Amino acid sequence: MTDIAGIQTAIDRFMQSDTRGALLPLLHALQEEFGHVDPAAVPPIADALNLSRAEVHGVISFYHDFRTEAPARHVVKLCRAESCQSRGGAAIEAQLSHQLGVAMGHARKDGQVALEPVYCLGLCAIGPNALVDDRPVARIDSARVVAIASEVEA
Amino acid sequence: MTRVFISKDMASLALGADAVAQAFAEAGCEVVRTGSYGLFAIEPLVEVETDEGRVAYGPVGPDDVAAVLGGSHGARIGAIGDHPFFARQQRFTFARCGVTDPLSLADYTAHGGWKGLEAAIGLSPQDVVDAVKASGLRGRGGAGFPTGIKWQTVLDTPADEKFIVCNADEGDSGTFADRMLMEGDPYCLIEGMAIAGHAVGAGHGYIYIRSEYPFAIEAMREAIARSAGKIAPFTLEVRVGAGAYVCGEETALLDSIEGKRGQVRAKPPLPAIEGLWGKPTVINNVLSLAAVPFILAEGAQAYADVGFGRSRGTMPIQIAGNVRNGGLYEVGFGVTLGELVNEIGGGTASGRPVRAVQVGGPLGAYFPPSMFHLPFDYEAFAQAGGLIGHAGITVFDDSVDMAHMARFAMEFCAVESCGKCTPCRIGSTRGVELIDRIVAKAPRAAGALETMPQIRNASRSARSHDQEVELLRDLCDTMKHGSLCALGGFTPYPVLSALDHFPEDFGGGNALPEAAE
Ligand code: SF4
Ligand code: FES
Repeated sequence: MTDIAGIQTAIDRFMQSDTRGALLPLLHALQEEFGHVDPAAVPPIADALNLSRAEVHGVISFYHDFRTEAPARHVVKLCRAESCQSRGGAAIEAQLSHQLGVAMGHARKDGQVALEPVYCLGLCAIGPNALVDDRPVARIDSARVVAIASEVEA
Repeated sequence: MTRVFISKDMASLALGADAVAQAFAEAGCEVVRTGSYGLFAIEPLVEVETDEGRVAYGPVGPDDVAAVLGGSHGARIGAIGDHPFFARQQRFTFARCGVTDPLSLADYTAHGGWKGLEAAIGLSPQDVVDAVKASGLRGRGGAGFPTGIKWQTVLDTPADEKFIVCNADEGDSGTFADRMLMEGDPYCLIEGMAIAGHAVGAGHGYIYIRSEYPFAIEAMREAIARSAGKIAPFTLEVRVGAGAYVCGEETALLDSIEGKRGQVRAKPPLPAIEGLWGKPTVINNVLSLAAVPFILAEGAQAYADVGFGRSRGTMPIQIAGNVRNGGLYEVGFGVTLGELVNEIGGGTASGRPVRAVQVGGPLGAYFPPSMFHLPFDYEAFAQAGGLIGHAGITVFDDSVDMAHMARFAMEFCAVESCGKCTPCRIGSTRGVELIDRIVAKAPRAAGALETMPQIRNASRSARSHDQEVELLRDLCDTMKHGSLCALGGFTPYPVLSALDHFPEDFGGGNALPEAAE
């Protein structure tokens, strides 16, 4: 359900900060508050910043971070970059995907958990690494995969 | 009350430092949270304050509290500086990281903070720029362009407004120095940016941090708020990226701050002349800016005295991947790749032989152990067909499949391309397909379309394995010369180096017979 009045209020509040080049900070603020950037937010954002809707849409779709749908209840972001690969990341990815019952890059149908790729968390000497609901986890092995899976089922 | 020091660096947190800190607090200790020294093999690291100074233990778990406080724990290291990992380091930029409470202004000042800024304020802008030039400091983000020259251009360009932009979009695998500095000693970066502001006449600065670094974002925001009075009239703010690798490219980063898609701008004009909002802009990496306070406080000569060839000063090198003693190692240029991997890094974590080392992130070349004599130096690496980049070293053991790594490089480029140039946008996808065919030893057969007589320039025959490899090299050449920025232009480094040094992984022989005309 789109809370258009809520979105407008959030935009108005943000506009008081008088930020230069405000589009990205505004999108971050909306995603923080609503969990995603609803496509219905595009027209009021365009109005507030005096941009075209196409420009706003172009920015939202350019950046990997911005979501246009509500996220899963839990999000596991697994690092797929080179250093984590060198420490067995591919096998961990396969196990995690199996344990969570969801393919990399997808959310589970019941909305409980999503498995997303991330390219480097800056923990490259202690991989494979992940962010489990924003909490960093290092040296992921089979036991830790099981622990992560049971944590996100709760 | 016993004082203990425990890191709250993101890596330490990932290894369980919070639980350890809580256990010491429950045991009645005063816990000071610091940055990390950067040797992750001994994290979580605990230092206990004693009459003889701080005594280090690591790794320490929550159950080890009593043994550590009793001084009897088996993980006792002694003074951290005596640890072999630290013996040869020269910590100019990271001198305070691990030692101090990152957000304590009192700690920062007590450990030599603000001396550089105070010295700079007493000098004319030109004198500050001259000091940076004399230090020999080159951009630590990748290309190694002399920092002082960049600043001179901004100083010399008249404008009503100028900016300092810090590129903290550290997206390269195997690099974490920016993150560690921002989390572990944020005032050092702030001081460097304030000095830059004074040197070129800029009143405002932006720190563009990637969203994957939530703790660095939080630390920088808090540090900016607390030090506002100290750097006034200069002001700073944090901007957060949104998961686009290409925003590490300086002109894409500027567009992103302006609120646009992070697409690369053609140069010229240089950002130093027309940068953020068309104004003269200094854009430097975290490590470049964080090196500046030392240069101003200790003198340009003290910095220039260290190094190798035209690479002056120290480089915070990040040893990562499949390595035993991975971590942050700051040392003057000139240390060899082999010393870094085998002696300092202690070889692979898996215990298997080292097969390949990628230097400089996803766009850096792969080197075999036969090239371990290479000294860490911008020119030496360029000559060997590689780059130092942000000084990340990723170690792989002999289980690595180098064709897979080459494919990954192309795939990464395809996903992250900003879309502006064809060789990068399309070529990278073609590269993935080509490598797939090469490793499947299933060269491309002539399609129905190509055998039609009216299609004159299409190949009429299947391609042999060698021809497919040739085509891949050709594609790399096109990407290298036809791309606007490093993403498309440097992706050939990992691909070609994998092909050159590890041809056996790309298969050989030709499964298909040449089709008849
Ligand atoms: S090389 Fe790729 S990322 Fe760089 S400007 Fe061209 S299309 Fe964009
Ligand atoms: S490569 Fe995975 S954390 Fe850097």
